[in-house]
Amino acid sequence: MRALIESDKRGAIFLGLLAIAAIVVPFCHLVFSPSSFFHISTSSVALWGKYLCFAILALSLDLIWGYAGILSLGHGAFFALGGYAMGMYLMRQIGSRGVYSNPLLPDFMVFLNWKELPWYWWGFDMFPFAGLMVFLAPGLLAFVFGWFAFRSRVTGVYLSIITQMLTYALWLSFFRNDMGFGGNNGLTDFKDILGYSVQAPGTRATLFSLSAITLMACYVIARGVVASKLGKVLVAIRDAESRTRFLGYRVDAYKTFLFTLSACMAGIAGALYVPQVGIINPSEFHPANSIEVVIWVAVGGRGTLVGAALGAILVNYAKTTFTSGILAPYWLFALGLLFVLVTIFLPKGIMGTLADWTNRNNRSDDAPEVAPPGALRTAESEGALK
Amino acid sequence: MTEVTHSLLYLSGVEVSFDGFRALNGLSLDIRHGEMRAIIGPNGAGKTTMMDVITGKTRPDDGEVMFDRTVDLTKLDEAAIANLGIGRKFQKPTVFEQHTVEDNLLLALKNNRRVGANLFWKRRTHDSERIDHILGTIRLDAHRARAAGALSHGQKQWLEIGMLIAQDPKLLLVDEPVAGMTDSETETTADLLREIAKDHSVIVVEHDMDFVRRLGVRVTVLHEGSVLAEGSLDQVSANERVIEVYLGR
Repeated sequence: MRALIESDKRGAIFLGLLAIAAIVVPFCHLVFSPSSFFHISTSSVALWGKYLCFAILALSLDLIWGYAGILSLGHGAFFALGGYAMGMYLMRQIGSRGVYSNPLLPDFMVFLNWKELPWYWWGFDMFPFAGLMVFLAPGLLAFVFGWFAFRSRVTGVYLSIITQMLTYALWLSFFRNDMGFGGNNGLTDFKDILGYSVQAPGTRATLFSLSAITLMACYVIARGVVASKLGKVLVAIRDAESRTRFLGYRVDAYKTFLFTLSACMAGIAGALYVPQVGIINPSEFHPANSIEVVIWVAVGGRGTLVGAALGAILVNYAKTTFTSGILAPYWLFALGLLFVLVTIFLPKGIMGTLADWTNRNNRSDDAPEVAPPGALRTAESEGALK
Repeated sequence: MTEVTHSLLYLSGVEVSFDGFRALNGLSLDIRHGEMRAIIGPNGAGKTTMMDVITGKTRPDDGEVMFDRTVDLTKLDEAAIANLGIGRKFQKPTVFEQHTVEDNLLLALKNNRRVGANLFWKRRTHDSERIDHILGTIRLDAHRARAAGALSHGQKQWLEIGMLIAQDPKLLLVDEPVAGMTDSETETTADLLREIAKDHSVIVVEHDMDFVRRLGVRVTVLHEGSVLAEGSLDQVSANERVIEVYLGR
């Protein structure tokens, strides 16, 4: 119980910081002139907006890995699908402003000599439809995938390998020009979103705020799920799956639900990411990306939610710093080393270790209040005897 | 037999083989409503496989497994069978170690098992009362807020029995409840099971003859996947074939 309050306290701080960032960052970006000390540059806004999207992705992975023990090594696929759905909307907004000035077809289709829009591009000119697809597409894929995988009781390493294959298969297919998603160039050259220029400071600031607010919303949803009785069932599944089944719980239904929810969150993260970085291409499906997400969560602390988001931001901040200097070629070594060190020295990640510390300190502080020392000793010796 | 009670669980000619090894070989069994039955037998007699067949973990190659006369258990999976009212306690105590004792019972309580119902679940006083009652029965009142993983071996066994009670099943399958217990714990467990047997049907699989004697119920002896003898413990222990199997030839 104390752990729950403790983690809620962290959650409150986390939400508070995000709320402040959602207001202060756009304010400093828009109000102060570039020469001012308080000004936040366009590149910084875009960069931190990107980190927030990664934080949502990490949160979605932590939900399934930390609380149901489903280690997805292909979560980048859902992120990329959400990104492509948004990218398709942005492509359609270009209209006749493209290089080939075709009012209907995106440039790459004209280049491929296509005469008409493929059916799966229909409707993407309307934002509500595209917005729906942002979580419907990844959600549906996750539902179908989960339905088959979890019903067949694929678990552990085998499930991880299949998720990896899933993203690998998508990576290969999105590279193909005749898939109709722009081949290896992907979708880019976006002009505007809902009538506002993608490049405009106001749009960037708004997207940043939206990312922060979405992260807050996803956190609240995820926290709500894991704190509910359903969350207890999930932990039960994680720790003793067959026991849970013999209690009458349909383990596959629980896993499919959570996996789908998580994929929807990842999709939304991808959709917010694309307008901020200005491009979506098949490299987002690359298996290495999905593995990196696992590292973020491991560094931040699996099964802590806040830690996952924090890990994503920290590791990506380190990545940006690292890869912009002379150390750039060694980033992957550093990342690998980080993962090894965290696994050995901080198996619970930053947040998990922090929680352990505070719990220990609290216990020694207020143990006498909880129970008289005598009672405590009896309970202990009783446990030792048995 | 004067009283007419119909059978709750009926197994007939059940066959299970793993890679040519016949774990169950024409096993037949008939458990009545409200009955407590002890099942004994040497290692490899098929006791655990029988449990697996009844709870849907293993599908029989052949034979009939009927619950409450009408339900064919061979067609259902574990969750469906559990929801019908068959609870199982494993040989090795398996509780949810990260959860508190109270939460373990809460998860076992006979409530809606669907995803949506659990997402929006609110604790009712009825649930709390039931948990309190069970905690009293299994003598874990003082440990309700402890993580189940921190309990002693015997306490975990009781917690698991408590989880069975919480499920309120029609039939309880209890696999070696006193393995690794001290004498006093064994005694407590026997009391506990007798108490449960008052309003449930129970099948107890056990090695420990003293424990079975303490239960004082009808005994079925399994050997090489089928029934060797059935009757009271004294009758069964006097049976020549049983002696042969247990003492070696």
